[in-house]
Amino acid sequence: MIQINHLTKRFGRSVAVDNVSIRVLPGESVALWGANGAGKTTIIRCLTGLYRYEGTIQVDGHDAVRHGKRVRQQIGYVPQELGFYDDLRVSAAIEFFATLRGVSATSTDAVLARVQLDGHARKRMRELSGGMKQRLALAIALIGDPPVLVLDEVTASLDSAGRREFVALLAALAQADGRCVLFASHRLEEIEALASRVILLDRGHVADDLDVYAFASRVKGSAVLHLTPADPVDDFEAASTQLIERQA
Amino acid sequence: MTTTRSMIANIVTLSRRDLRDALASRWFILYSLAFVALGLCVSYVSASSAGGAGLAGFGRTSAGLVNLVLLVVPLMGLTAGAGSVAGDRERGMLTYLLAQPISRWELLAGKYVALAIALSMSICVGFGVSAMVMSLQRSTADASGYLLLVGLTILLAMSMLSIGMLISVLCRRAAVATGVAVSVWLAMVFATDLGLMAGTIAMKLSIETLFGLAVASPLQVFKMWSLQGVDASLDVLGPAGLYAQTEFGGSLKLLFLGVMAAWTLAPILVAGWVFNRRALL
Repeated sequence: MIQINHLTKRFGRSVAVDNVSIRVLPGESVALWGANGAGKTTIIRCLTGLYRYEGTIQVDGHDAVRHGKRVRQQIGYVPQELGFYDDLRVSAAIEFFATLRGVSATSTDAVLARVQLDGHARKRMRELSGGMKQRLALAIALIGDPPVLVLDEVTASLDSAGRREFVALLAALAQADGRCVLFASHRLEEIEALASRVILLDRGHVADDLDVYAFASRVKGSAVLHLTPADPVDDFEAASTQLIERQA
Repeated sequence: MTTTRSMIANIVTLSRRDLRDALASRWFILYSLAFVALGLCVSYVSASSAGGAGLAGFGRTSAGLVNLVLLVVPLMGLTAGAGSVAGDRERGMLTYLLAQPISRWELLAGKYVALAIALSMSICVGFGVSAMVMSLQRSTADASGYLLLVGLTILLAMSMLSIGMLISVLCRRAAVATGVAVSVWLAMVFATDLGLMAGTIAMKLSIETLFGLAVASPLQVFKMWSLQGVDASLDVLGPAGLYAQTEFGGSLKLLFLGVMAAWTLAPILVAGWVFNRRALL
């Protein structure tokens, strides 16, 4: 479904993505995992036509540069944070994107019900919480049932409760109807809930390509918990003595 | 055929969205009110200077409005255009919109059409209220010159909007784009006029060169064309006006139209080319 060959993206002298090749099959859910600056978002932005690049990207056999519109027609995209006209009503936003996606007969209520936003159609964008905006972005991405869903660190701006809810919703909706999903994340719980395969990125290179179980055992096995005091002390013994004296 | 239809549909969808946004914005209301107020003031002052009291007819008001338009309309067009793409980029809307099945040309065209309609509406409201008040005073002589001025003002606004959108595509931040637009406005409105005057005196420019330099500026072309429309001659501009009439005669209007069309099309085409080629962030 998605075929990325020798993708290289440079920003001036720095190379953000270096000769990356990735293949995502229909029905597969692939996570791009890596630290900040690993190249996850850059790969997604190349795929959605926001950046020019070296190499080739094909979606369902169509080249992402030459047939950009056709490729983006096949992709539902959810960004890190939905930035859109604050005064726009939710129903108007859905109609707007449905028209751009060439889907004429869209029931706003049905689209909203899918992401549990029923009853919010009359609200303005600025009245929605971060979690609701992300659900709306997901609803918009699913208009017209595109065969590919691309998610760019979609829970980055949510609190832990919002994150849990959103991931549960994604798990239920994302892969329905054999949809192919490519998403960027650095959260283990997201990857475990959504991915079937994980591509590890390191400073623009593919470091490894693992199934989700191998990835989880590797990450959990190598996890180290660092505890740092909020107010670091040089002399631990002197600090403890002072504390005991104060308590006494 | 389907591609063209989808392209037009996308432009219409995008422009309807942006037009609604523009009409609800403060700048649209402020510019429209400013136009109404200034138009009425100019009309009143024109009548007073003619020795009468109350409001003047269309001809005198048109002549008075030319200088007002030269100041206000370029600022409207340049700042409206400058805020468009750069503003969306700053709000993070641009990346989201362009991840949809639309092309960059369609996005730019949608924005241009929306702002062009909003600016035209603002200009028409401003001129329209003045015209309505003058009609009530039964001073309807020279109405055709007044209508020509409205048309030329819209044409000037379109060319300034084009330049504003080019600035918007080139600048990453909306504040920078607005700053550059205001600088361009200052340069066009004041520096061009002063430069032409200073050049004529200091460098003893020939009439041909002076006219050539004047014709290169959309503001000067607007001034010459609208004065010709009101007065039917360019005598008021002195030797350069006489030279233009003698040399170009009937084809003068074609020359003016060509210059205005070039200033409208060239910047927006360059903006589209740049927008299509460069990374968004």
